[in-house]
Amino acid sequence: MSLAVRNLTVSHDRRPAVHHLSFTLRRGGLMAVVGPNGAGKSSLLRAIAGLHSPAEGEIVAEGRVALLPQQAGLDRSFPLSCREAVMLGLWAECGGFGRIAEDGRVLRALEAVGLSGFAGRPVGSLSTGQFQRLLFARLLLQDAPVILLDEPFNALDARTAADLLALVRRWNGEGRTILAVLHDLDLVRDEFPETLLLAREAVAVGPTEEALSPANRLRARRMAEGWDPHAEPCARAA
Amino acid sequence: MTPFDPFIEFGFLRRALLGCVALSLSAPPLGVFLVLRRMSLAGDALSHGMLPGVALGFVVFGLWLPGLALGGMLAGLLIALGAGALARGTGGREDASLAALYLTALAAGVAIISWRGSAVELTQILFGSVLGVDDPALLLMAGCASLTLAFLAFAWRPLILECFDPAFARAVGVRGSAWHLSLLGLVVLNLVAAVQAVGSLMAVGLMMLPAIASRHWSRSVGGMVAVACGIALSASLLGLGASFHLDVPSGPSILLSAAAIWAISVVAGPVDGLLARHWPRRHLSG
Repeated sequence: MSLAVRNLTVSHDRRPAVHHLSFTLRRGGLMAVVGPNGAGKSSLLRAIAGLHSPAEGEIVAEGRVALLPQQAGLDRSFPLSCREAVMLGLWAECGGFGRIAEDGRVLRALEAVGLSGFAGRPVGSLSTGQFQRLLFARLLLQDAPVILLDEPFNALDARTAADLLALVRRWNGEGRTILAVLHDLDLVRDEFPETLLLAREAVAVGPTEEALSPANRLRARRMAEGWDPHAEPCARAA
Repeated sequence: MTPFDPFIEFGFLRRALLGCVALSLSAPPLGVFLVLRRMSLAGDALSHGMLPGVALGFVVFGLWLPGLALGGMLAGLLIALGAGALARGTGGREDASLAALYLTALAAGVAIISWRGSAVELTQILFGSVLGVDDPALLLMAGCASLTLAFLAFAWRPLILECFDPAFARAVGVRGSAWHLSLLGLVVLNLVAAVQAVGSLMAVGLMMLPAIASRHWSRSVGGMVAVACGIALSASLLGLGASFHLDVPSGPSILLSAAAIWAISVVAGPVDGLLARHWPRRHLSG
């Protein structure tokens, strides 16, 4: 077991974004998180990454967790060079004050994501796809055993998506555990052996074909669209 | 006689210049981080917010610096912490709480000074006076600059990370709110230290104008900080000189000098300056 989520509830202002969710992911597992908008997918990833405190339940991860966030939360006009932005991936190693001994790793990471020669360029000059490659390079330097990807292939051209998918495959081949929020169901069926279908609660979790059955997807849509303005306190709450 | 001869001739001008040099090395880097955090107006709000503290310090201690500084520091910190606490407690926006608090504080501060002080003292507190830069004021400025530079050397990387990608910062264990409050605390300290030389209304100018202008000269945080300090130093020298020759308060004089350099930066700066953006030049080949 590399990642275990037990009876997890993440709430915003008492409204659950994720409700009594439990699943485990073995070391080297590759799982997609699928669900309609508002299903709590990003909240789940942010809770696992430690950005949201669970209202209830627990999350156990073996080793460091690295998160690829959605681009919307980043300041893309910030005056940093690509080299400096990628170097932030070494934070766990040297922290805010330690000496940075990067030994050419930054340049190699940039090269691995197809950004050779971009080291000195300001991040503000990158396209959406190039910026996503940059975030993958930072993730590469984080060298974490558990990797969380929040919509990693959104708004990317086919070539960039294919390159970054190859990188995800490589990480998984190295034995890293990967949990990715995705919307492209064909991609999920082709590449991800396990799927968590989420609609604030787990609709299904397990082998992708079973989890994504038409009946489960219909149930997910109905659950996510439910919103009770007069909801009582949850009977399952501790 | 050159425009700079008065600095050789008069000790009080040299002292004021030395104080402004200290402030020029500490306030603009903080301004750069405020700009990068999209909080350019927070410094302004805090400078207004500390006025009732300065005013109460004045009522109790007169123009005795430690009293003014303590009052200003406490009021500024109260506004900074209060805005955050109000926003969290009521679910509102922090900038709205900050606006409500600083407007109240500004009105209270001016009322207190008008009630107990003379027009000359009001002018001195609001707009500064080079004659007010005595040895304790100079020591406060130098101490404030030393503390700020030490903090920036220590907090440089966390501050940059927290500005660029706050979620990543939290995920790797950077305590964003602690750095944020430390930064605001130092902003208040710098504003308090600047009151004697440039006045409470103008203190924020030496922090923000060079910082805002610096983005037109550099694409890196380090470069922006260096340029901002350079602009503040130039504005201090020019402004104090003009203040002496034209007999205007030092605060507006220094700030107008900084504003002139900002205007030049907006027009002629190589990074997003008006000329650089709109002067028709052939595009590059790759």
